[in-house]
Amino acid sequence: MRNKIPRVPVREQDPAVRIKNFDEVCYGYNEEEARLEASRCLGCKKPSCIGQCPVSIQIPQFILEVENGNFEKAAAIIAKDSSLPAVCGRVCPQETQCEGACILGVKGEPVAIGKLERFVADWAREKGICFSSSANLNGKKVAVIGSGPAGLACSADLAKLGYQVTIFEALHEPGGVLQYGIPEFRLPKEKVVKAEVDNVRALGVNIETNVIVGRTVTIDSLMKEEGFDAVFIGSGAGLPKFMGIPGENLNGVVSSNEFLTRNNLMRAYDPSYDTPIYVGKKVAVVGGGNVAMDAARTALRLGADVTIVYRRTEKELPARVEEVHHAKEEGIVFKMLTNPVAVLGNDKGWVTGIRCIRMELGEPDESGRRSPIPIPDSEFEMDVDVVIMALGTSPNPLIANTTPGLETNKWKCIVADENGITTKPGVFAGGDIVTGAATVILAMGAGRKAAAAIDRYLQSK
Amino acid sequence: MDMYKIIKKVDLTPIITLMEVDAPRLARAAKPGQFLIVRAHDRGERIPLTICDFDSKKGTVTIVTQIVGASTRQICTMNEGESFTDFAGPLGQPSEFVYKSDEELSKMRYLFIAGGLGTAPVFPQAKYLHAKGAKVDVIIGAKTKDLVIFEEEMRAVCDNLYICTDDGSYGKKGLVTDILKELLESGEKYDQAVAIGPMIMMKFVTLTARPFNLPLIVSLNTLMVDGTGMCGACRVSVGGKTKFACVDGPEFDGYQVDFDEAMRRQMMYKNIEIEADHKCKIGLNNEK
Repeated sequence: MRNKIPRVPVREQDPAVRIKNFDEVCYGYNEEEARLEASRCLGCKKPSCIGQCPVSIQIPQFILEVENGNFEKAAAIIAKDSSLPAVCGRVCPQETQCEGACILGVKGEPVAIGKLERFVADWAREKGICFSSSANLNGKKVAVIGSGPAGLACSADLAKLGYQVTIFEALHEPGGVLQYGIPEFRLPKEKVVKAEVDNVRALGVNIETNVIVGRTVTIDSLMKEEGFDAVFIGSGAGLPKFMGIPGENLNGVVSSNEFLTRNNLMRAYDPSYDTPIYVGKKVAVVGGGNVAMDAARTALRLGADVTIVYRRTEKELPARVEEVHHAKEEGIVFKMLTNPVAVLGNDKGWVTGIRCIRMELGEPDESGRRSPIPIPDSEFEMDVDVVIMALGTSPNPLIANTTPGLETNKWKCIVADENGITTKPGVFAGGDIVTGAATVILAMGAGRKAAAAIDRYLQSK
Repeated sequence: MDMYKIIKKVDLTPIITLMEVDAPRLARAAKPGQFLIVRAHDRGERIPLTICDFDSKKGTVTIVTQIVGASTRQICTMNEGESFTDFAGPLGQPSEFVYKSDEELSKMRYLFIAGGLGTAPVFPQAKYLHAKGAKVDVIIGAKTKDLVIFEEEMRAVCDNLYICTDDGSYGKKGLVTDILKELLESGEKYDQAVAIGPMIMMKFVTLTARPFNLPLIVSLNTLMVDGTGMCGACRVSVGGKTKFACVDGPEFDGYQVDFDEAMRRQMMYKNIEIEADHKCKIGLNNEK
């Protein structure tokens, strides 16, 4: 019989303290806590958790090793399937994936698989253990566009198979959304992101920054002039959306992309960096996803009063429950069933407020979601001096526009099948550039599938 | 590998510096009208600069920087042999004329209106068009004699060069719009005009040129972070629609641009930048 204890709680930074710093909120398990939590796993004969993991980590196997204190073995098991375990242990939506399928969750709380993964990855990193061993090169070259989760996962698998991989990154630091999008207090940049990127480099993967594919080079020039045998596009969904309401170009309205990039990639919170950021005193963040939570909690830490404005109810918030919980603990105000209709400004062109309309939920639409409907004559104004638009992102058309033969759909996403095969021979794609904005782990899963497909393609050539 | 090394540096004026930088990929891909983004050091801002010249054979790109704040001051104080931390591009759409045939261009007459530092990005455009056989006239305007740049280089690639300074210390006393108005009133005809300079200058060039129905393109130097369409800091209203200067531009039809909004948006981080520059100067003095 397994250990019938409640799920081991994870230690976190006190909300009153953490709202004044950018240190990580969650401390993670120590060895004792991890082994105790691991002892809750039933070790199912037919584990349903693995099937819900987009990269198919052998979850019960690694948890058993944690329970027995064989942390290095546990890390080796995870490393077979994931190149970014310290990242995924922190940012995966486990509640809807592995943990959502955990049998313990039916009557009680599922095993804290994510926190255990994080523990193992952190333990291995702190001990300086790296499972990256480069394979013998097979003489074939693959170009990977974008160093985010999809590109890194794809590159790691290809390098292990003996391909010579070069990642082309448009920005000056590798990591993609892990670098520019997710804040330090959820995903430490030096400690975690850089370390995992370095593990991918240790496999022999070369990363070239400051190369904008579609501008600096093109896919055709990479294949025809630079001798790459195949290309994987993992360039993500980087374009911000705006609402198209009056006043959106006033000074003080920014996209969540701009706000977060200034603070994450460009470290605006750290005075030793030159990056300017405009935070204001009262901030409205429009949107309800993880990015909205990240932007809100960042603005709060930079000293503003922050309100999240979302047109549906709390139940429909697309953000992870844990993120909403943390945001509330920190004092973010949630204004639900509210939609901005105009940004208001003064005669100098700076934001002074937003005019909103109250919403109610109507009948479920085709997707089953109840769509929000404005309540007539319910408009009201909120005093704010900064508005952050966190309405989701769409793929950058730069690559598609400069690559003849590469088909896109009406959302500007690159058309690719479940193995990442596009309409252009030798060109593969996966992650947000194919699906539209989704999660880190789904992008990694797509990157891995594409790596396998690239291997099959190049083997058969 | 020593990337992005400064292989030549020339101080054009006390506050304007020319640098030829080793960047082979960028040099091969660059076209007139495009820009790039540089970072002087690993904690620096990403600064968009127009590409002033490029040599695909040598693998070098020339940039011209004017000190306007802390970050441009850092760039201008770098020396030959030192390297930029980052140097990314080319970015933005090339000028429209790169898509025209040589035959078409050989029949065209262009007028460039360059203000101050804007003279630098005008140069590769004039050079390109001159080489294709187009007729090219250029107006250069600057505050004072010491701030007139690229005079000799420009003279070599244009048919008529008109120079004016605000204080009359060189060329004609007055503004570029004065010369523009004189030319247009005297009956000079151009197929296309291109204005590059401070936002306020481009605004008044459009106001001056409008009654003459002169086709006019302007190049917008907006705020940017990534330069690839990611942040939206560069959004401008063009013909009533929001455009991103970094990917839709930087060149737009001058008559469609909302210059008042564009000028106001440039001020978004001004106070913060002035503070930063002040800090920076103290630092430099201490080093000396």
